[in-house]
Amino acid sequence: MGSKASTLLREEEIEEIKKETGFSHSQITRLYSRFTSLDKGENGTLSREDFQRIPELAINPLGDRIINAFFPEGEDQVNFRGFMRILAHFRPIEDNEKKSVAVSEPLNSRTNKLLFAFRLYDLDRDDKISREELLQVLRMMVGVNISDDQLGSIADRTIQEADTNGDNSISFNEFIKVLEKVDVEQKMSIRFLH
Amino acid sequence: MTAQWTLSLLLSACLFRASCSAPAIPRPPRSLHPVRGFNNSGGSLSVDLPMALRVFSVDYHHVQAPFEIVLWIMLASLAKLGFHWSGRLPAVVPESCLLIMVGLLVGGVIYGVRHSAPPTLSADAFFLFLLPPIVLDAGYFLPGRLFFENLGTILWYAVVGTLWNVLGIGLSLYSLCLLAPGSLGDISLLHCLLFGSLIAAVDPVAVLSVFQEMHVNEQLRILVFGESLLNDAVTVVLYKLFESFLRMPSVSGLDVLLGGCRVLVVGMGGLFVGLFFGLIAALTSRFTSGAQVIAPLFVFLYSYLSYLTSEMLHLSGIMAIVTCAVTMKQYVEANVSERSNTSIQYFLKMWSSVSETLIFIFLGVSTIQDVHMWSWPFVCSTLLLCLVWRATGVLLLTAVVNKLRRNTVTFRDQFIIAYGGLRGAICFSLVFLIDDFPKKRLFITTTIVVILFTVFVQGMTIKPLVELLDVKKEKGALPSVSEEIHSRLIDHLLAGIEDVVGYWGQHYWKDRFDQFNVKYLRRILIREDHQACSSILRVYQELERQEQRGDEDVPPPVVPRSLGRPLLPQEMDSIRCILSTNLQNFSNKQTAAYSRHTLHQDAGTRKPLHRHQSLEERSTINTQGEDGEFHDSRRVRSGLSRSHTVCSVSPRRLLLDSSAPAASPQIADPRTAKKKLAFVLECEKQQ
Repeated sequence: MGSKASTLLREEEIEEIKKETGFSHSQITRLYSRFTSLDKGENGTLSREDFQRIPELAINPLGDRIINAFFPEGEDQVNFRGFMRILAHFRPIEDNEKKSVAVSEPLNSRTNKLLFAFRLYDLDRDDKISREELLQVLRMMVGVNISDDQLGSIADRTIQEADTNGDNSISFNEFIKVLEKVDVEQKMSIRFLH
Repeated sequence: MTAQWTLSLLLSACLFRASCSAPAIPRPPRSLHPVRGFNNSGGSLSVDLPMALRVFSVDYHHVQAPFEIVLWIMLASLAKLGFHWSGRLPAVVPESCLLIMVGLLVGGVIYGVRHSAPPTLSADAFFLFLLPPIVLDAGYFLPGRLFFENLGTILWYAVVGTLWNVLGIGLSLYSLCLLAPGSLGDISLLHCLLFGSLIAAVDPVAVLSVFQEMHVNEQLRILVFGESLLNDAVTVVLYKLFESFLRMPSVSGLDVLLGGCRVLVVGMGGLFVGLFFGLIAALTSRFTSGAQVIAPLFVFLYSYLSYLTSEMLHLSGIMAIVTCAVTMKQYVEANVSERSNTSIQYFLKMWSSVSETLIFIFLGVSTIQDVHMWSWPFVCSTLLLCLVWRATGVLLLTAVVNKLRRNTVTFRDQFIIAYGGLRGAICFSLVFLIDDFPKKRLFITTTIVVILFTVFVQGMTIKPLVELLDVKKEKGALPSVSEEIHSRLIDHLLAGIEDVVGYWGQHYWKDRFDQFNVKYLRRILIREDHQACSSILRVYQELERQEQRGDEDVPPPVVPRSLGRPLLPQEMDSIRCILSTNLQNFSNKQTAAYSRHTLHQDAGTRKPLHRHQSLEERSTINTQGEDGEFHDSRRVRSGLSRSHTVCSVSPRRLLLDSSAPAASPQIADPRTAKKKLAFVLECEKQQ
């Protein structure tokens, strides 16, 4: 497994991914072997069907949206770089990184993590979560046993709690503010095993 | 303030004196025997009219036992009342300390009156009656999610940490005894280990009472508290192990190995007993709709039964009762009416509070003993060793566990964990149970000193230390609906990402359990009409309820415009009007044929709908209200019953019932109006 994977992945690529995402060498090779095991077509990219083949993802209420998040705008295939770029959002924030003065914010910063979650709601990318978008996600998460009324009032309550400028939708800044007490850095991290 | 406090103390002391000596009636008091436990030998007295009819007689002996128990509980409760009157004192001194001081005072009074030792806390009374309510209360209100997320760390501290402490303290004390053969020479290694096993364990009662008043962050709290709960298994096994080793002529390596296996058996056994009873309790609660008044009783009965069963099998009773409570909680809450839920919560709090108070008072009273054996080196070194071994244990263990955790335990947290390791009544009872040997008195004295030290010194100083070290405080309020929803989203997201990466992490297992829960457990254990509850809905409803009650803990919405949260007074009045007019008609037809044991409201819930409508009309009311939504139809029905008892219901209750459908005016208002209208029409139709 190890040698086969690293021959297909060139060292320069690994270095570039390392710089961009902050993963370590071993993590990258490990994730590459996962990538190839998902890639049934063996063409170096993943399609939506490849993701849908993962059994637990199929029953996840947000499965479709998560899969969508991997694919850049309007494309149907994602290569390994894109795959890693998305997974980088979920890397735990190390203490020494907090002091680093990167040109651009690292992918796993709190803001970027929150942006990822925000984009799960905001399908039309207008930087606002409207009531309908919220209702859609709520309906997916909460199931079929709750009446539209109750769902509607929950959605209204959610918007009311967050909305500061009265436009009846949640902007990204309002979203950040609502979640300021939640420990997002910890919640949205996966400890990738070394 | 202090005057009031002293007054209540004096009052309680007098009550005591009354119970201990014979009541002051024109007869000289009889001599009293020394006492143990709750037993006190009084006598029966009567006015001495030779051969005449006894007009007035006092038969104390008849009611002695319950009378004294009640007096003790009364003392405990009055003491608790007393120092909440004195404003500043509870802020500085934790309740446990004050209670022990009261106990000391009362013990001193009794000693002074009778010149013999006051009643001590018998181990049986403690383990069978006083400890279970506290642990049950703790288990029922355990923050489940947080507990399971930190379960690995908690187990690590509880098992390995306790072992470290026991062996460390035991062996160090033995070396001390070797160094001072004159006074301490007859304490063997096994005795030292036995002593170590009972003194090393952190006590859940003491920890709870002290940590309750400090609002440290939840993770820290769950770590200390979880450890104190789970180390019971280890403590029980080690204690019994060393005790049986003491009785055996020789100890082999095999016995030690068997002892190790026993830890596992005791822990897992307790767990399974608790699980079993919890599931049965959940199942029973499913069928309690017919007799809602006794539904809370099942919670208590099954939990206590699980505790007793595991004690009978020499398993860990604490683990059993905690597991039982954690297991049955979500199903019972879904199955049982809201009032029963409130009853359960209140009774749990009440019993645990009384128990805790009694325990601390008895600790104080039992300190006044006839014979104390004191030995400076032994006592002081025990104190020192307890602190040192705990500190080093926590440091080492945390260093190891931090590598594997998502959330590291900071040094400040570690300090509080080490410093917050209070000892309490469990040690005290265990030390009394040791088989008699020459130095037993020394052990008892040392235990008392250690307990008093930890509770007083550590208990009093930990709060200022928390402030000084700026330990992270708790978040406080209920999560807002937004937080709940977005957290849920993040959970699902993380579970999905874990699936993509192929990593079986926390989210994966939680997801699997949730699916299992919904698919099988909830189907079997929850009533059909109550199955719908999602956690988001529950948080939302809980918030609504709290707001209606005007709770100040509820986080206000960011924009404080009252977007129809509490209904306007006019709307409220109109609803009340409609309902009361229509109910007048119902009550005329209803005959009050309900049994003594049903609540008035419960009777109201069913009678009008059952007796005076055909089945068809009843179902139309239900469906008219909501489209097959049983939640709200039940609410509509109970709204009916609540305003039936018009004088007793507060307007806010009414609000509760009509608030959910009417919660968001811009969408629901036309609907609510329609519903009200429909309901009214139905009512009119029936007359």
